[in-house]
Amino acid sequence: MKKFLPYAIGLVMISVPFIGTPQYPLHLMIVILIWSMVYTSWSLMGRFGLVSLGHGAFMTVGAYVTALLWNYGGISPWIGIPASLLTAAALAFIVAYPCFQFRIIGHYFALVTLALSEVVRLIIMATRDYTGGSLGFTPNREGDGTSLYALQFADKETFYLVVLGGWALSLLIWKLVDRSMMRYALDAISEDEESSAAAGIYVTRTKLKITVLSAMMTALGGAFYCQYQMFVAPDVVGGIGISLQIIFAVVVGGIYTWMGPTIGAIITIMMTEIFRNIITDLRTEGIDLAGLDTTVYGLMLVLFIIFLPKGVLGELLDRLAGGRAKKQAPATQPADSG
Amino acid sequence: MTEPILAVEALVKRFGGFTAVDKVSFKVEKGEILGLIGPNGSGKSTIFNMVSGALKPTEGSVRFKGKEIGGNLPNRICHAGIGRTFQIPRPIHRLSVLENIVVAGFYGQDGIGSRKAAFEAAEQALDLVGLPTDPHARVSTLGAAGLKKLELARALATGPELLLADESLGGLDNSEMDQAADMLKRIRTEMGITIIWVEHIMGVLMRVVDRVMVLDHGEKISEGLPSEVAHDPNVIEVYLGTDSEDAQASAASGAASGTAL
Ligand SMILES: Nc1ncnc2c1ncn2[C@@H]1O[C@H](COP(=O)(O)OP(=O)(O)OP(=O)(O)O)[C@@H](O)[C@H]1O
Ligand SMILES: [Mg+2]
Repeated sequence: MKKFLPYAIGLVMISVPFIGTPQYPLHLMIVILIWSMVYTSWSLMGRFGLVSLGHGAFMTVGAYVTALLWNYGGISPWIGIPASLLTAAALAFIVAYPCFQFRIIGHYFALVTLALSEVVRLIIMATRDYTGGSLGFTPNREGDGTSLYALQFADKETFYLVVLGGWALSLLIWKLVDRSMMRYALDAISEDEESSAAAGIYVTRTKLKITVLSAMMTALGGAFYCQYQMFVAPDVVGGIGISLQIIFAVVVGGIYTWMGPTIGAIITIMMTEIFRNIITDLRTEGIDLAGLDTTVYGLMLVLFIIFLPKGVLGELLDRLAGGRAKKQAPATQPADSG
Repeated sequence: MTEPILAVEALVKRFGGFTAVDKVSFKVEKGEILGLIGPNGSGKSTIFNMVSGALKPTEGSVRFKGKEIGGNLPNRICHAGIGRTFQIPRPIHRLSVLENIVVAGFYGQDGIGSRKAAFEAAEQALDLVGLPTDPHARVSTLGAAGLKKLELARALATGPELLLADESLGGLDNSEMDQAADMLKRIRTEMGITIIWVEHIMGVLMRVVDRVMVLDHGEKISEGLPSEVAHDPNVIEVYLGTDSEDAQASAASGAASGTAL
């Protein structure tokens, strides 16, 4: 029974566009899948204490490189997306290598990556003649709006399947990492770099690998976002705002669990939708509460970090695992050796 | 004459203006157990840190099997065949006991290749030190002696030819000390691993080692057979006693009162 559950869920998810799902829920699901993919990609490294505030930069690179190559070079996203992923990989390498080499970890690493977020946003602004700056950028439409060559689909149904594939890929990669030796190595590194190195682990190389992988998958999410919305702006895929949003959602969902980032995406995106409706309703009555959502997010983030550090899903799984973990109280006898 | 497995030449480590290790030279022959003793802060762990790559030597050379390794990265030195334990155990808490050792087996023996081989190496190492190979055992259930064993198992899983065992301890009673000594002896005879053993306390160590080297204030003050060193006036003076028994007693009490850590 339990074995078939994932397949059943998979089947249901694939069937969504074929059973006449209305456009609005379909749109929400696409958006949730894209962000779930980005959040899962972030947590590939985030779960090992490599907290990046720079993932907005990788999303931006994925979206803009693909779209710019298309508009100015006529290069199909089938080439453009791989090119954008390589650009993101190179960027991740350039920023992370010196960090890891000089043992910039924890808060300091977060700060360096925060700067990366801003630098990439500023580059988009500075080259506004080509990128449209803060006004955003729209990929040229190919023909009637549906073209496999241009990876553009006028209907939401097809795009749903594309992003479902992307999301599944990010989950698959998460699982593969989780089952690999590299996961042990990264767990060890995140706790004690010196003793890890003494046990023969390539500390810098292993951290670089996961960082580059995470950056590339995030860029793929960015490219999908732009192809779907047919519009991209620095603040919707990048900048400090998006980088923070990523962390917020992952923390809410559960940073250490497979489905945590996805749950985080569902919770935060549904909340945003609800807030949007409330704010619009109130505005018709003359009450302006713009910015309410951000305020509530900030508050929630603080509360989650204090009371539910493992996130909604992490906490739930812990509860389900029940007393098993609690029984293993640490031994107090110093001479107990087992 | 065969080449020594480790040859340390005029090794110096300075921290700012303070010289922690001052022109220390020594050789270790393949298959021997060398004891390294000295009071708190005499530079024993600092020597280990330089040999294992955790610290770069300020001056001097470290040659392992004829090759200069001074200043190399710790993971490279581990792959070359030097395993080390940390004086204060540094296990990975979020990994199980078994996983702690598996990761050392997998990455420590560069090119061990398969998970399976790493798990086998880990189980072997855990068996040898007498820790359970149960995959669910958590680090948090281990006491001081258990953590020491974990350190040892992790070093062994990397498949070393030379083991640097920093065992200077508080917190172990006499029978545990004896056990630890017997274990090192077995590691040498059963696995053919050369060992440098750091201790405060002469008693147990003297029974097991082939040679002893004594450090004080970063300098080597004596070296030789245990029986010779125990009667070396320099050593006796350092250990504050007039004969070796007093010396051992004072060193032992120093360790027991916790100043060892
Ligand atoms: N990273 C460091 N920075 C500054 N000083 C250090 C550092 N590591 C060690 N020292 C100093 O070097 C001296 C030698 O320390 P070391 O740890 O090698 O002594 P030890 O012989 O291992 O002592 P113990 O028996 O207490 O373990 C001490 O005075 C110590 O304070
Ligand atoms: Mg020491």
